[in-house]
Amino acid sequence: MEGTLLHPGFFLLAPLAIASFCFMVGVGSSDRFIDWPYLWLLFRNISPYFWAVMGVALCVGTSILGAAWGIFVTGSSLVGAAIRVPRITSKNLISIIFCEAVAIYGVIVAIILQTKLENVTREQGLFTKGNMAAGYAIFGAGLTCGFSNLVCGMCVGIVGSSCALSDAQNSTLFVKILVVEIFGSALGLFGVIVGIIMAGSQGFARVA
Amino acid sequence: MWGWEQLYFNIKDGFLEAIVRGHRGGLLTVPDYNNLTQCEALDDIKLNLTATDYGAYLANEASPLYTSTIVDKCTQKLVDDWNNMRCQADETLAKFLDFCTYGHMIDNVVLIVTGTLHERDVQELLDKCHPLGMFDSIATLAVAANMRELYRLVLVDTPLAPYFSENLTHEDLDEMNIEIMRNTLYKAYLDDFAAFCGKLGGTTAEVMSDLLAFEADRRALNITLNSIGTELTRDDRKKLYSNFGLLYPHGHNELSIAEDFDQIRAAMEKVPAYANVFNKLGYGEAQMLDKLLYEEEVKRCCACFEQQFHYGVFYAYMKLREQEIRNIMWVSECVAQDQKARINDGIVFLF
Repeated sequence: MEGTLLHPGFFLLAPLAIASFCFMVGVGSSDRFIDWPYLWLLFRNISPYFWAVMGVALCVGTSILGAAWGIFVTGSSLVGAAIRVPRITSKNLISIIFCEAVAIYGVIVAIILQTKLENVTREQGLFTKGNMAAGYAIFGAGLTCGFSNLVCGMCVGIVGSSCALSDAQNSTLFVKILVVEIFGSALGLFGVIVGIIMAGSQGFARVA
Repeated sequence: MWGWEQLYFNIKDGFLEAIVRGHRGGLLTVPDYNNLTQCEALDDIKLNLTATDYGAYLANEASPLYTSTIVDKCTQKLVDDWNNMRCQADETLAKFLDFCTYGHMIDNVVLIVTGTLHERDVQELLDKCHPLGMFDSIATLAVAANMRELYRLVLVDTPLAPYFSENLTHEDLDEMNIEIMRNTLYKAYLDDFAAFCGKLGGTTAEVMSDLLAFEADRRALNITLNSIGTELTRDDRKKLYSNFGLLYPHGHNELSIAEDFDQIRAAMEKVPAYANVFNKLGYGEAQMLDKLLYEEEVKRCCACFEQQFHYGVFYAYMKLREQEIRNIMWVSECVAQDQKARINDGIVFLF
């Protein structure tokens, strides 16, 4: 990585920060520097459907990002180590399967969440509090599940890579490192459970 | 971010790291060395080595075997492994792997220049060069008459060009100046390598800074030992020490004024890491120092395999394989000359 200010992350962060600041300053009445009441009006008028579908998208998207990350980290080490020690391939596919499970969690939760998307009749063009709550809850559930699966996939992948390399040197180490991976994949399950609990009682058509 | 290499290292270099760890698993262990030391003839050594990684390289060698044949074939294995990794390496790793071989390149250049000075045949010299340090125009080194031509004709196109400074090119080629040239080049190379690893950051910088610091300090020690009693002045000696390492800068001040082994020892023992090495040396013994330094290097190289996701494993693999080849050479020589009493003295066990 180059020096601190040329870090590639800044190329994304700096324009976004400048753009959002300019937006906040430029919008609304010119009586105040940043028109907070107007911004709040804009925020609370965002449709709950937007939040709900963002939640579904983040859930499946970040879970699969985590799973893919884990699979490539493990897979590259596994392929290299298996050239000299071909016996490790069949056992170490378990690490890949743990990463894949993370993606499946994300898909399952996304499917559950999207069944809650229903059409509602709006009186005077307004959403009820129950509708808004459903939108926010589905967003939160998707975000929770997605991010915890993201880090779970990364964790299982890194441990899986070390597992493959250690197994190639000393085959008694495999089962011991597998226990570490099992604990790692429990992280994804936590996210799924909390997500389902959050979104479980919500629905667009429920009252309050 | 420092320390997050585990997330992105495997994108480009995961496969090669796994391969080099596979090669490390094939290094000779204590039982293999025990088998080798019990051999009676070079053919037995060949037989024992065919069961190891060297099998494919030694299998077709006809008797009578010579020690140099065995060593050449084993070196060939290192070179083949290295080239396999080098041609699959991505840009940063490729540059790192090239850096590891510049030391051999410097040794080859000095070998050819010295040999030409003593009027040896160019082809014979080229055969003695280390294969990892070859470059295309190496044969034209024999034509150069002084340093300036050497640089202008040959070395300016090689990766060693930046290591030649202005004051170096004015001197004529003679025995003393060639050694000074070698050590000056090596100093510039180590400084450059350390800077490159520092720029890579993360675990690579941490692991390599430790390994290179030991290399720099070991060279400083050897330069001091070899220049006691010669006409190398203190300032010249100090100019040959690298600009990093545990001895930099205060240890270098003390080493440059040392005039005998005890003073050197006193200077080195102030660094706790090297005090251990010198504790194992009795008073007045300088012969065992080489072996103790090799053991220290091997210990550090093996330790660097404990971490994953860094480039240090490639450098360490090269050093360990070279130590193994030195061990095989020692064992073969002892067996060939029928002097098996001291055979275990010369082996540095890797594990």
